[in-house]
Amino acid sequence: MSDAPKSEAGTISTPTPELLPAGTDGMLVRFALSPDPVAMAAAQGFELALEEARPAGVIEVAPALVSVLLRFDPAQTRRADLIAALRPLAERAAREAGHRPDPIRRWQIPAAFGGDNGPELAPIARQLGLSEREAVGEICKADLRVLAIGFFPGQPYLGLLPEPWNLPRLPELVPSVPSGAVVVAVRQIVLFGASSATGWRQVARSHFRCFDPARTEPMPLRAGDAIRFVPISAGELAALDTPDGMGGARLEHLA
Amino acid sequence: MSALRVLRADGLISVQDMGREGYLSQGLSRGGAMDRLALLEAAALLGAETPLAGLEMAGAGGLFEVTRPMRIALTGAPMRADLDGVALRWNAAHPVLPGQQLRIGGAQAGSYGYLVPGGEFATPGWLGSRAAHLSVGIGARVESGLTFPCADDPAPDRPARGLPATQRFDGGTVRVADGPQTALFDPAVIASFYETGFVRAPRGNRQGVQLDAETRFAAQGAAGLASDVIGPGDVQMTGDGVPYVLLAECQTIGGYPRIGKVIPADLPIVAQAPPGARLRFSRLSPDQADALWRSEAEQLRTLRAACHPLIRDPSEMGDLLSYQLIGGVTSGDDLERG
Repeated sequence: MSDAPKSEAGTISTPTPELLPAGTDGMLVRFALSPDPVAMAAAQGFELALEEARPAGVIEVAPALVSVLLRFDPAQTRRADLIAALRPLAERAAREAGHRPDPIRRWQIPAAFGGDNGPELAPIARQLGLSEREAVGEICKADLRVLAIGFFPGQPYLGLLPEPWNLPRLPELVPSVPSGAVVVAVRQIVLFGASSATGWRQVARSHFRCFDPARTEPMPLRAGDAIRFVPISAGELAALDTPDGMGGARLEHLA
Repeated sequence: MSALRVLRADGLISVQDMGREGYLSQGLSRGGAMDRLALLEAAALLGAETPLAGLEMAGAGGLFEVTRPMRIALTGAPMRADLDGVALRWNAAHPVLPGQQLRIGGAQAGSYGYLVPGGEFATPGWLGSRAAHLSVGIGARVESGLTFPCADDPAPDRPARGLPATQRFDGGTVRVADGPQTALFDPAVIASFYETGFVRAPRGNRQGVQLDAETRFAAQGAAGLASDVIGPGDVQMTGDGVPYVLLAECQTIGGYPRIGKVIPADLPIVAQAPPGARLRFSRLSPDQADALWRSEAEQLRTLRAACHPLIRDPSEMGDLLSYQLIGGVTSGDDLERG
């Protein structure tokens, strides 16, 4: 399963980390502007390094796709000292951004594609020169990982889809997609945890709720989890609207 | 047991404190009060060492009573308030007795008023905070008829105290520091942003507010940007170049480019600006913004030192009979007029 991430040119290149002020209590360490696979691996490696050795004064570490935000207490540390502590860690993570680790958990999540459950599937398939069935096949075949969790509690950003799926976000927000909406843009998939406005395009719907505050595990997904979508009919989807909020999702432990 | 009763809720009311920190990596933003300064002011007025939870009242208050003597601090957007028909000064803490009715009307300026009881709420929290986070289903809107159990007020008889309010209720100029994505904007677009006068749009909630202007502020290559961590104060441009300022209950990750971040000291101006209020922005470097940072603990200490008694303590008065005592309580706004 281990695959060396490659940049768009097909060769591995070392990303250059930028250390940027992000608010009076924040530093952003960014390995790229776009979701480049090598930069993603560098960001993951950097976050792991911070888990082992967190610089003094850092109060929170929040990874995103190709960047990691650190929040610090300005009463405890100066920004310049923090930059000095972070730069060698970031540069090492960039140099060592080699292999993506194998997943230790894999989720299978049923989803109904197209029609009312995925109004953007047909136009996207046309745009990609695929039939709807082929487009669904590309999504369900993709080796998706949870790249980051955010926007809503437990809500995953999944990726990456094949290069042709590098679709821009919509210029205007769609006022509302439902909870469980499976939306795509920029080679990624988001599984919405709640009804929301979005600039992404809805291709399917699941009844897996990625956040339930009353559940023992309110936010079951973790960064690094592998995800496979399993295509089902609209009728099968309706039957999976169960009180546990798991929507028929199955978790396999691989390690 | 002490309790605060909500006999009638008129505005959109929720319990808020300083929020829950430390869950960004799991997709949960801090949340908490829209106007954090208002909770610091309330804590100062009540003599509390740390900020207490209170009721955040959007637009209007309601009718309230207590079951045991308890002080109530009223801060944030000024609202018309009276106790059994006697007008109460805003930005002050007042002793309230059982049987008295505290009536809080509509906001006279600003958006969010706060009612903070001197006895801390004794309701359960979730992940270390009592703050309602309605957009993710944590807590609920406060409805008429609810009773909040509270700890006993440690000083229920302490006379009323006031605090000069920091003006932040009708828009104004807001300082914005450059952030990690400022350089994605063309210098001419940045210059135009800081020259533009905005109107706080009707579209807005605890997650953020939209700003209206004729001009649009698009970034270069925004469509292919990787999403990253966002937070309160970020000035985000949607695909069509319309600015949104993210507020207390914003999401944690977003893909729209941000031209900068409102500094914490000025964020209450944006949060409190009612629809139609005029807002402008002034640009700071990150170093300038850092120099203006003050911890909330330090702000609370400063506010505590600025509190003053609303009415002179009779024990300190040399000749009690020479004072016309009734005059001090009939109008209630005499200190503001004075």
